[in-house]
Amino acid sequence: MTSAYWAVDNSLAMIGRSLRISARNVEALLMAVMLPIMLMLIFVYIFGGAVNTGTEYVNYVVPGIIILCAGFGASTTAVSVTHDMVGGIMDRIRSMPVVSSAVLTGHVVASVARNLVAMALVIGVGLLVGWRPAAGVGEWFAAIGFLALFMLSISWLAACLGLLVRSVDAAGGATFAITFLPYVSSAFVPVDTLPTWLRGVAEHQPITPIVETTRGLLMGTPIGSSWWIALIWFGGITLVAFTWAAVLFRRRTA
Amino acid sequence: MDAIQVHGVSKSYGSQRVLDGIDLTVPAGTVFGLLGPNGAGKTTLVRILATLVRPDAGRASVMRHDVVSEAFEVRRKISLTGQYAAVDELQTGRENLVMVGRLCRLGRRAAGQRAVELLERFDLAEAGRKLVKTYSGGMRRRLDLAMSLVTAPPVIFLDEPTTGLDPRSRQQMWSFVRSLAAGGSTVFLTTQYLEEADQLADRIMLIDHGVAVADGTAASLKVRVGGERVELEFASAAALALAVADLDVPASGERSVTVATTGTAAEVRELLQRMDKVGATVDKVAIHRPTLDDVFFALTGGNPR
Repeated sequence: MTSAYWAVDNSLAMIGRSLRISARNVEALLMAVMLPIMLMLIFVYIFGGAVNTGTEYVNYVVPGIIILCAGFGASTTAVSVTHDMVGGIMDRIRSMPVVSSAVLTGHVVASVARNLVAMALVIGVGLLVGWRPAAGVGEWFAAIGFLALFMLSISWLAACLGLLVRSVDAAGGATFAITFLPYVSSAFVPVDTLPTWLRGVAEHQPITPIVETTRGLLMGTPIGSSWWIALIWFGGITLVAFTWAAVLFRRRTA
Repeated sequence: MDAIQVHGVSKSYGSQRVLDGIDLTVPAGTVFGLLGPNGAGKTTLVRILATLVRPDAGRASVMRHDVVSEAFEVRRKISLTGQYAAVDELQTGRENLVMVGRLCRLGRRAAGQRAVELLERFDLAEAGRKLVKTYSGGMRRRLDLAMSLVTAPPVIFLDEPTTGLDPRSRQQMWSFVRSLAAGGSTVFLTTQYLEEADQLADRIMLIDHGVAVADGTAASLKVRVGGERVELEFASAAALALAVADLDVPASGERSVTVATTGTAAEVRELLQRMDKVGATVDKVAIHRPTLDDVFFALTGGNPR
């Protein structure tokens, strides 16, 4: 057997492990299931009435909620990575002849899987409360693939942050920015309603092009250059986080 | 052949020197005990040997592979059981073992078979199907050790394998360590308990504040500490006076004397017969073993931290 074979087999073993643990962690699972539903209902019924987007608010807000959920998901991912560091599992694995990325690959794949479940819930609840997407089958696939790439990059970033901090409590806090960024973007309100200085921030941070692309694919609004700007962000974040995580995994001592 | 060689290894964290010029060798197939109080640097040395931490100075090798430049080769020869059971609470015992087996490149099927064998050997066959979060402390430790033995590595590091265990689980862990040694493995263990090092290790090194204070066999260390003592308590002050006169030792308490001993039954019997002969009636007998505190007091002249 080649070392590439074992690298894949190691990764599969760790993906299985992370998925099993995700499914058995009742607390995290409840959060992963309840949060998308609650956020969806809060935004549509509580904030939605006050925000004028020129369309039914539910038709505006769905991509934003999916991305907000991914932000909370990142926190779960960072916490579980830190948990492995503090609990000694990482040390055990680092003292074995294992491909260094396998453990983190397990966490990241489980993270993407949790996020996809959250996304399915947001879409389901959205459709129930009156969301009417304009997308055809092709656009749906493109949108889901695009969001999966987003989840992948966010998950690697979260894994990285999880390696960086020293305690499980700090891991939750480290991902705060990821949870917060969607608020300063076009996710929940049109950017032109923001004060000028904030608009600058909103237009140049990664969440806005991601939201605009998703909204464009699902609702038929103009996408423009958003899609390739978003893809560059995904590629950049994934590359940096992946490389950084590989270095941290070898060097970091819990 | 030496399984482990350490030459002048030092490590500092910030301004704190954790290890200072440690030298040691461990012949293959022997049990080495690294003895010291909390914060002595035991865990740091184990982590260096297990390739988790790089030494600032000095060299260390395991099975002739350098721990820094040939870390991957070293990892193929060792297993590490840390101070706290590194097991997944939300996996079953079996799943934990299969995961390690697959990481060790056994493949799914062989990893499954190995898991069954190890669960059986470590008295976890029943518990293997349950989530680890339902396990007792002793069961976790056993699973932890089983996970270290999936590939039957030639060198096994055990960092305080019995800390926090109840006496029965400790005995059980000791018998596992003995069986590993009997099977030809090299075992490097750290402990805070002199008795544990005494029971298990062929050679002991005592470290404090990152410095090797003494090393040798358990017997040679005990001689330096003064060995075991037997304390005789007498029924009356008159009996004590007779004993003091006969043994030519000062009284150690109101009605007691303390005598150095090897701790054998024969020697204690002889001592009691001698007391009978001079008419000093012994009320109680107690054997005092040297403790880690005694060792530190004798070898460093100070108290352990």
